[in-house]
Amino acid sequence: MFLETRQLTKQFGGLVAVDHVNFSVEKGKINAIIGPNGAGKSTFFNLISGFYPPSSGQVMFKGQDITRLPPNKIAKLGIARTFQTTHLFEQANVLDNVLIGFRLRTKSNLIDALFLTKRLKREEEQSKEKAFEVLKFVGLTNMENKIVANISQEEKKRVAIALALATEPEIIFLDEPAAGINPEETEGLANLIEKIVQHNITVCLIEHKMKMVMNLAHKIMVLNHGKKIAEGTPEEIQNNETVIKAYLGGSAIA
Amino acid sequence: MTARFKHKAVVLSIVLLALLLPFIIQNDYFFHIMTLSFIWMIGVYGLNLIAGYTGYLSLAHAGFFAIGAYSLGILTVKFEIHYWLAFFLACAITCIIGLVIGLVALQTKEHFFAIYTLCVGYIIYLVIDKWESLTGGVRGLIGIPVPPDLGPISFRSPVSQYYFNLFFLLAAIFMMYRIVHSLTGRTLIAIRNSEELAQTIGISTMKNKLVSFVLSTFFAALSGILYASFIRFIGPDISYITMTFDFLIFLLVGGIGTLSGPIVGTLLIVWISQQLQFLQDYRMLIFGPLLTLLIIFYPKGIVGGIFSWKMKMQEKKKRLSMSAKSATQRAEEG
Ligand SMILES: Nc1ncnc2c1ncn2[C@@H]1O[C@H](COP(=O)(O)OP(=O)(O)O)[C@@H](O)[C@H]1O
Ligand SMILES: [Mg+2]
Repeated sequence: MFLETRQLTKQFGGLVAVDHVNFSVEKGKINAIIGPNGAGKSTFFNLISGFYPPSSGQVMFKGQDITRLPPNKIAKLGIARTFQTTHLFEQANVLDNVLIGFRLRTKSNLIDALFLTKRLKREEEQSKEKAFEVLKFVGLTNMENKIVANISQEEKKRVAIALALATEPEIIFLDEPAAGINPEETEGLANLIEKIVQHNITVCLIEHKMKMVMNLAHKIMVLNHGKKIAEGTPEEIQNNETVIKAYLGGSAIA
Repeated sequence: MTARFKHKAVVLSIVLLALLLPFIIQNDYFFHIMTLSFIWMIGVYGLNLIAGYTGYLSLAHAGFFAIGAYSLGILTVKFEIHYWLAFFLACAITCIIGLVIGLVALQTKEHFFAIYTLCVGYIIYLVIDKWESLTGGVRGLIGIPVPPDLGPISFRSPVSQYYFNLFFLLAAIFMMYRIVHSLTGRTLIAIRNSEELAQTIGISTMKNKLVSFVLSTFFAALSGILYASFIRFIGPDISYITMTFDFLIFLLVGGIGTLSGPIVGTLLIVWISQQLQFLQDYRMLIFGPLLTLLIIFYPKGIVGGIFSWKMKMQEKKKRLSMSAKSATQRAEEG
């Protein structure tokens, strides 16, 4: 098993946001989680990435129990994520935003800083190289010096993905990457997601744009009121009675 | 490359000016004020590191300043320990207390952190004020020694004090420069920007915040130690909240989260205060509103204001040259 959750549960007071969810991510594929607003999708991501401690259940990554690890340790293991709302440093330029993504693979500390050691210089160079590499990968070459506040919403999404990629992950969780961008840009983003998988990074995404999900995903899980109500290939999900009733309705699949 | 060069030239000329100042102006009062400003600046740099670069507004700063000052005072006056050993111990004591307080305080965030450290600062004040047998209470400590002679150099004259403290200020600035421009500095800035995001990309936020906090107490201690052996008398008022607010005002006016802000803010406020001394505490009636306006219109202080003005001018220049280019192009085509 690559990454899986076992009976993963999160309660907020009386509300069960994630309810005994068993899910296993397929390695090297695009996995998707869909479901109505408030279904618990983002919470599910927050549990996996260590932001909330689960009320019960387990998260396993490559045979290791990572349930109670803090987010920074989980990131170091090779699990990256983006947020539903971007958290970029708006006043800084694109390069400075992405450069810090490689920090977890570097070792320089305060002493290196004070004495400007060889190690620090080497690691700064590596961080820069990594930043240029991922910016090129997401299609933002020559954007390094732009201030983030001045770039488009879609470009910000790409910067956020570049930052996640700079951590050298094995799996990346994307929370609604296509929210708030137009259809044309959505297509570009879908291409980028496919490119990520082609480079051997497993993808798990939450998305509301059904057409995009059905075209992209190899495997889909449907959450409703915190419970997994279905799991399968896009065809299976589209023909699943419960899913249609709970979420897709009749017309949602265009 | 040229911008970098220009920057270096500016920095070098300011340092040169500071070094040559005693040859230009020969006035003991002037040296006294400048030396005091240098000492404040070191403390302001400490506050800048934790509040400006890491995003944690510590209001216990004067407390750590005082712990440094009192450690030196008590060790040299009461225990008659050698000056430089006391100097070193005072730094170490402050950093250890800073570490312990930081471990607890950094469990909180934002205004809770500010309020928590405000309380810590007040407790430090109370301890200093009430623990008479150790600190001398309200009477304070007198007769703190100046640094011992270094060979032929004595630190008794105003000019030598000026250079002595300038040396430490330059060292502090150099340290700050190195830190801010390193991966460590970037890490702190990432935490200030969004702690959530920082954790997501694998940064151990607690560890880094603690490093920043302890280092800020180190700068505070250094400032306090230099203050104690410059003024040679200390009382509990140096740990009081008004002292923290002085540091904060210097930082805010100059530019929080900028490298030159502490210098600009301290010099400006210290000199203005000197001019307005006849107003006594009513100075605040003038400072208060001015500060409020400054923070509303220039949240990054004077230095931040200059930066964004420069950026705007560059943008304008770029746009102008671009439109000029396209105009000539059109002219050529037409
Ligand atoms: N930190 C929190 N505290 C309390 N309730 C929360 C918290 N985070 C999410 N919830 C609740 O959990 C439910 C699931 O939220 P979320 O995971 O954001 O849904 P989705 O991402 O599927 O739209 C919602 O009812 C939401 O109000
Ligand atoms: Mg959500």
